[in-house]
Amino acid sequence: MGRIIKVSGPVVVAEGMRGSMMYEVVRVGEERLMGEIIELEGDRATIQVYEETAGVKPGERVEGTGAQLSVELGPGILKQMYDGVQRPLEVIRSETGVFIKRGVDVPSLDRSKKWSFTPLVKKGEEVEAGDFIGEVPETELINHRVMVPPGVRGEIVEIADAGEYTVEDTIAVVKTPEGERELKLMHRWPVRAARPFREKLPPQEPLLSGQRIIDTFFPVAKGGTASIPGPFGAGKTVMGHQLAKWCDADVFIYIGCGERGNEMTEVLEEFPHLEDPKTGKPLMERTVLIANTSNMPVAARDASVYTGITLGEYYRDMGYSVALMADSTSRWAEAMREISGRLEEMPGEEGYPAYLASRLANFYERAGKVVTLGRDSRIGSLTVVGAVSPPGGDFSEPVTQNTLRITKVFWALDASLADRRHFPAINWLRSYSLYLDDISRWWEEEIGRGWLELRNRAMALLQKEAELQEIVQLVGPDALPEKERVVLEGARIIREDFLQQNAFHDVDTYCSARKQYLMLKVMLEFYELASDAVANGARAKDIAELEVRDDIARLKYVPEQEFEKAVEEVRKKMKTQINALLASQEVS
Amino acid sequence: MPAGIALREYTSVTEVSGPLMVVEGVEGVGYGELVEIETPDGEKRRGQVLEAHLGKAVVQVFEGTRGIDTSSTKVRFTGETVKLGVSMDMLGRIFDGTGKPIDKGPEIIPEDELDIHGYPINPASRQFPRDFIQTGISTIDGMNTLVRGQKLPIFSGSGLPHNELAAQIARQARVLGEEEEFAVVFGAMGITYEEASFFMKDFERTGALEKVTAFLNLADDPAIERILTPRMALTAAEYFAYEQDMHVLVILTDMTNYCESLREIAAARGEVPGRRGYPGYMYTDLATIYERAGRVSGAKGSITQMPILTMPDDDITHPIPDLTGYITEGQIVLSRELFRKGIYPPVDVLPSLSRLMKGGIGEGRTREDHANVSDQLYSAYAEGRDLRDLVAVVGEEALTDKDKKYLEFADRFEREFVTQGRDEDRDIERTLEIGWDLLSLLPERELKRIKDEYIKKYHPKYRG
Repeated sequence: MGRIIKVSGPVVVAEGMRGSMMYEVVRVGEERLMGEIIELEGDRATIQVYEETAGVKPGERVEGTGAQLSVELGPGILKQMYDGVQRPLEVIRSETGVFIKRGVDVPSLDRSKKWSFTPLVKKGEEVEAGDFIGEVPETELINHRVMVPPGVRGEIVEIADAGEYTVEDTIAVVKTPEGERELKLMHRWPVRAARPFREKLPPQEPLLSGQRIIDTFFPVAKGGTASIPGPFGAGKTVMGHQLAKWCDADVFIYIGCGERGNEMTEVLEEFPHLEDPKTGKPLMERTVLIANTSNMPVAARDASVYTGITLGEYYRDMGYSVALMADSTSRWAEAMREISGRLEEMPGEEGYPAYLASRLANFYERAGKVVTLGRDSRIGSLTVVGAVSPPGGDFSEPVTQNTLRITKVFWALDASLADRRHFPAINWLRSYSLYLDDISRWWEEEIGRGWLELRNRAMALLQKEAELQEIVQLVGPDALPEKERVVLEGARIIREDFLQQNAFHDVDTYCSARKQYLMLKVMLEFYELASDAVANGARAKDIAELEVRDDIARLKYVPEQEFEKAVEEVRKKMKTQINALLASQEVS
Repeated sequence: MPAGIALREYTSVTEVSGPLMVVEGVEGVGYGELVEIETPDGEKRRGQVLEAHLGKAVVQVFEGTRGIDTSSTKVRFTGETVKLGVSMDMLGRIFDGTGKPIDKGPEIIPEDELDIHGYPINPASRQFPRDFIQTGISTIDGMNTLVRGQKLPIFSGSGLPHNELAAQIARQARVLGEEEEFAVVFGAMGITYEEASFFMKDFERTGALEKVTAFLNLADDPAIERILTPRMALTAAEYFAYEQDMHVLVILTDMTNYCESLREIAAARGEVPGRRGYPGYMYTDLATIYERAGRVSGAKGSITQMPILTMPDDDITHPIPDLTGYITEGQIVLSRELFRKGIYPPVDVLPSLSRLMKGGIGEGRTREDHANVSDQLYSAYAEGRDLRDLVAVVGEEALTDKDKKYLEFADRFEREFVTQGRDEDRDIERTLEIGWDLLSLLPERELKRIKDEYIKKYHPKYRG
């Protein structure tokens, strides 16, 4: 039990705190605001408070809870919108109305809701951490596997019958070497500690997003990490929403960290009406939202990313593939900077604390494809995508740079592309993915042969275009020979008809891997034909005006079911039309 | 602790520095608490606790520290946070930056006292903004549509006509097919008397004044007071919107001056500066202002924000526009180049954006072809602008016929679509019509972003 001696914004210093531990959750002041110890010195503790501190007075009490900041893990997490410390916002709303007021203490998981539990083990069985003891249908999409929590092993001495239970009911008793242990549907886990697993595996399967520039050009693997830096207005948010909607993960966790309130509302309003392309069920059934909007207390931003990733690890442990989007990690870094400033720590680059790099690395390192605990050696994955909001769109700033050093995929958003409404505004020359080789086998086996070569040829074409554009800027397009003009035309097709994708078009918003492959293939075939034709005397200008160009441009709007047929038609048409062009040239 | 005990008076100011003073020997002082100060010559001022220690408080003084001494200045801690007394009588009235009436009218008898810092809106109780606001300005309605509950700033530069534009929007803005209670709350931070009176006169001229509540902190008013002004304005707006069911448009100008004050306080406290000397928490601080726009379930009213800021040196990457752009739902960018060409309003549509546009347009809201037309105008204008750069290098002769069409399009777009009169209130039909007329300059197959059925229905060639 301590006493406050200083209040400065979200940072409170208290004395008489000997015996407290680092990262212990404390209750601050008369209103018992939630806080966390972030520094200990003698009997003095520095506390970051997760709620607004206006009105808190020196002299008021600080109470330790003996526990670190933890989340509640159990059925009922999906479909929720939580704040940064896992309080359900819908419940807060019923307590304090439209605005979030202080000192609200609500449980993360509904205590009264009954879940239908089916046991998967029998009395007398030996179990260890990670083993399934039962399951609960949590949503229409996700079967919640009730696991033996980390650190527990022994013999099942009691197991509940199939039936309805709350998260606090005891559903099993395990005889461990340390004594009997009651298991419930729910357990707690400290957010700053990564959940254990048996082994990390190299990611080899792509996380398909239905976005062409991502899946085909700069793919991320299940269990991998990606970053998406960009100035405001370049489309970070839309990209994040597209991933949340269409990526083929089993569970999606969206952390709105220091971002706009309306964006979270949009997800909340829209997702229950959107269908998962795989299952046809509402997307909300697999989604968890963590909303710590920009005007909510700054210290809770730090908590929100850890809360989110811990929830992600929990579903990963069940053997699911989980994807997590943190939007934006820059706001989290700024929260670190603000707290660090209030602690009067020695600032590093641009005022960020020196531990910025290690915190970011720790966070992204919690991603991965793993063999989980439990005897069935199941595999789960957690993919982490971090949005970065560099000031002024300048990628040389510390948060972007430190993120790039850790993440293996870089989607570089570009304001000049956004200005001309080229969306997604991901710059194809600056972006990269280090997973190409790892996942190319999957593409070759599942989708079509020659995928990597196809992708690399398209990339080379775009690179060549960039070089030619420099010349055009200097001397004008007339100076280029025909065979280079056709390169420009080929690249233009890739850029406009493949890379550009309309997130708000019913069909174009999602493009299957097979469709992407076929599209790119037919476009490159067209380019080959066009190059040959030019070599035989055709003019690039006439090729650009062929009617089939319009058909190619419309391919992205062709629904999946009709697609194979449409591609065949385009293929036939382009041959006929180019041949006709050559024939007419010979005549003249 | 009973309120009576908290009301204590001290004369123990030990340090005064810039806008801050340190009071020692205090007890039971809360963080963020309102402080009343009486200088030796009897002048009353107000301040707020920035740091509360055991036995010591750091106070920022809103009206400046001139005349405060370290022996007889009286400091009273009120035990309350800064509040604004609100009432419907505030409509048609003018207040200073701290909420005191300055229009010679009577004091406001408050119906409620509200904390000016407000509380964050629970994202679970927000409603996504979807109601199209017709501003009568083509570049906004057609291409950067404003919706009710949005925060859409104007990024301007010194000497550009942002005030005229804001006044025109305040005058013309309406939601189609609805007659509802509306109000304008005007918050001025550090603008000149002339600028302020421009707005007041414009409100008066159009008869809007009785629906306006103004909070004026002018250039010669204390700079630290500017920290309060936008919060006063928004507190009044929240009262009108959520308790009186009114639709409120909040104009805040100039946010750049607000940020300067923030920097001044940070410097006085000796904080570690972030970019260009602005405090590291400026993003969070701005968010506590901008995020107070919106619509919430259970209340009929709404708050739409239109903050104005002048970009220092027209630099959009400067921390003030940059952090603003990351919080607001888009931005309207004014361009010096267009202004020099004599174009009013000089809105450069390329860097402008309305993030909430897609939810507010389309069939049943504006018109089915709106999104397509807007996309096509954007890409055609961008193409034309690129070609202008090219022409500067290689001359117009090098261009193809198609390219020349794009050049002509860009010129006419600026002259016919962007340009309009200061009192010209174009409805959305007219805006789209002009858009189609311009698009018809281009070959039809270039209109790749427009669905065929809309081309058949709206293209001048088929319209007959």
